[in-house]
Amino acid sequence: MAASPVPAATPTSAAPVTLTLLAYDSFTPSANIFDAFTNQTGIKVQLALAGDAGELVTKAALTAGKPEGDVLWGVDNTLLSRALQADMFVPYAAPNLAYMDPAVTALVPGHAVTPVDTGDVCINYDIAWFKARSLAPPLTLQDLASAAYKDLLVTPSPLTASPGLAFLLATVAEFGEDGWQAYWTQLRANGVLVVDGWTEAYYTEFSGSSGKGSRPLVVSYGSSPPAEVIYADPPIATAPTAVVLRTCFRQVEFAGILRGTAHAREAQLLLDYLTSVAFQEDLPLTLFVYPVHQAAALPEAFIKHAQRPAAPLQVDPARIAAQRSAWLDEWTTLVLR
Amino acid sequence: MNSSRSPYRSAAPWLAIAPALLLLVFFVWPLAGIVARGASGAAFATLFANPAIAPVLWFTVWQALASTLLTLVVALPVTHILARYHFAGRRLLLALVSTAFVLPTVVVGAAFLALLPPAWHRTVWAIIAAHVYFNSAVVVRVVGSRWEQLHPHMADAARTLGASPLRILRTITLPLLRSALGAAGAVVFLFSFTSYGVVRVLGGPARSTIETEIYLRAVQLDDLGGATALSVLQLVGLGLLLWWWLRSAAARQSPPGTIFTQVRRPRSAAAFAAVYGIGTLAAAGVLAPLLAMLLRSLRVGGTLNTTGWRAAFTPGLQSVLPAPFAAVLTSLQFALATSVCATLLGLAAASAIAYGSRRLVLFEAFVMLPLAASAVTLGLGMLITFDEAPLDLRGAWIIMPLAHSLIALPLVVRMLLPVVRAVPQGAREAAAVLGAAPWQVWFSIDRPLVARAALAAAAFAFAVSLGEFGASSFLTRRTTETLPVAISRLLARPGDLVQAQGYVLATLLVLLTVSAIAAVDGLRPDRLAI
Repeated sequence: MAASPVPAATPTSAAPVTLTLLAYDSFTPSANIFDAFTNQTGIKVQLALAGDAGELVTKAALTAGKPEGDVLWGVDNTLLSRALQADMFVPYAAPNLAYMDPAVTALVPGHAVTPVDTGDVCINYDIAWFKARSLAPPLTLQDLASAAYKDLLVTPSPLTASPGLAFLLATVAEFGEDGWQAYWTQLRANGVLVVDGWTEAYYTEFSGSSGKGSRPLVVSYGSSPPAEVIYADPPIATAPTAVVLRTCFRQVEFAGILRGTAHAREAQLLLDYLTSVAFQEDLPLTLFVYPVHQAAALPEAFIKHAQRPAAPLQVDPARIAAQRSAWLDEWTTLVLR
Repeated sequence: MNSSRSPYRSAAPWLAIAPALLLLVFFVWPLAGIVARGASGAAFATLFANPAIAPVLWFTVWQALASTLLTLVVALPVTHILARYHFAGRRLLLALVSTAFVLPTVVVGAAFLALLPPAWHRTVWAIIAAHVYFNSAVVVRVVGSRWEQLHPHMADAARTLGASPLRILRTITLPLLRSALGAAGAVVFLFSFTSYGVVRVLGGPARSTIETEIYLRAVQLDDLGGATALSVLQLVGLGLLLWWWLRSAAARQSPPGTIFTQVRRPRSAAAFAAVYGIGTLAAAGVLAPLLAMLLRSLRVGGTLNTTGWRAAFTPGLQSVLPAPFAAVLTSLQFALATSVCATLLGLAAASAIAYGSRRLVLFEAFVMLPLAASAVTLGLGMLITFDEAPLDLRGAWIIMPLAHSLIALPLVVRMLLPVVRAVPQGAREAAAVLGAAPWQVWFSIDRPLVARAALAAAAFAFAVSLGEFGASSFLTRRTTETLPVAISRLLARPGDLVQAQGYVLATLLVLLTVSAIAAVDGLRPDRLAI
């Protein structure tokens, strides 16, 4: 099948096709972002939000072959093994893969899914809060368990939110498969607050965001500080929050064509659009992630205020696949029960 | 009534076929699938080796016990004034308390989320408060009907002999009410034990009952083995509870010779104050959460406005996201299909039971079977059973009304059976003697007498479908979300505009449910005791 990135518009032959794009709840690209795609191809896009990333992927696995939509956005490297096991995608080698970092595309050699963005999940802190108390912000994960930072951290739950899972994996990477349990026991004793989702953690409980919550440390994204600058009203020159670089875990997100779609050809066109420069350049300011298309320009505020760790924490995908459920059960017992 | 002369006797087995087939394929088979998968030594070993499970089991039991005790304590004063006194607004209070019982659990969860201060959210107390809220009606109905029968002269005599009100309560009233309290307590325990919608909305990440844990494992943690093993455990637990309850209910006959109904106006100033004080508090208790919900739907950005209501009717993200209001239309379609399907099947089943020979007594028990499994288990069973040929129903529109019909069926049959049985046999015989064929007899004699009850049953099935959440949460498709599913999803997200839209849908669901139940009550000649 020809995979031309600029498709011939042939909407006259039949009724216009509407594709359903399944995504996690916090998928909020710019309004009208799909208009260009519709104008180009005659294909309409309908969005269906399906809970957090974990729920999205599990539900898609349960419905493999009879999907709830045509294209799915939001499998990340922590859930990738699960998605591949379930055989829920139709492979497609998107032409835009040629413009991506080979280290990222190497994660899916069979092209079952296509990389769409990368990001880092890191501890963020409220600069003013620490300054006002003449307290140095934490530098490492171990610091978070010390008495100086008691009752200061909020994290989304790894059971229900992908940044929460990424943070759990960061602690596995840092303390080892036999060491993270003791660390979380300390974190619990040190008053870590666990909430359902990232939005609640960041916008309700965190003191450095618009919600003005009570906790100055939050598990969020490496790109959250530039986002604070970009959306500040009135405008500000420097970010009110910063990232603890040694706590970052690298996330790669993927999109794929769901097996069983009646519109495989149109779905390929949508995947081409999702990896195109136009769509990729929309991502930093709306989803706070980095584009994978290397020709996509970063907004100036990103270049100025975002920090990327040189060597983010990582866990072997095969270990994640084998241990994810067991780790989550262990974590639940240690921290929630 | 001697059913052997029924002109329909030969039709009875045929009438039983459709409901029996439906139950076999869509209830027994999925549950068998769960048992086949979850009831193995290996599955249980894995389940109990998992340290996350024991706290879930313990929490499920103790919150149910606490909910039951608190419900009894809160509901008894209300039961007392309703059973003992005539007062202005008595019927209204009874209607209010009953309304709380028929509200969908997701709505009750939402209402308490709106009412309670944020510090209470995600605590066990919020969950228990919601359980007390909708279960109080059980106590009022079950204990109240017994209390009405206690002769007030016993208490009067004790009072004359100098007993204090507390002593009368302890030595006379409570012992006489004991069996009714036990019956009501068992029902409340059952409802709290299997609570799902309330815990999903109010519980947060740290609070899980068996029901919500089944969902968490199946849909979020990708642990189908754990989910099915828990379902089996839940089936066994429910079976034991029901068996114990039926056994003690059979032993628990109301003492003979105590059938009075003695309600009187409050005479003393103290009684007057107690009746109106308790009555006002109870009415406020029922209404406050609902009003809080309505207020929250009107509160976006710190002021009262209609932003949330307008947003609920507007497609999101420049129309690539459907408007939340779409869930109302989806729910109405499913409810309509459910009410048609459940009523026709229920009528067939009730007729088969009423007209058939005694051998159909097994069929009667069979039709009641869906009461013995939780909706969550049914939903999980359907999800893992109908996922391959020849019956791959994932994404099929019909699966939702089918699940809802199964859940409504036992209750519909219970509503229709007495009415079908009450059709006078003599009239049928007369028609038959005059030469009417059996279908003509049914059309001219039974149909007019049964029609009203069938309509009431249809409205009831409609309400069940509107509020159904347990099975729906497994079977829902993102493009056809029902109201409870949409409400729970919206309320799980922060941001007052999103939350306001959740409360808008919850308010609409209250209005729809109350209308349907009002139709049931209006259509029914007698009132159904719980």
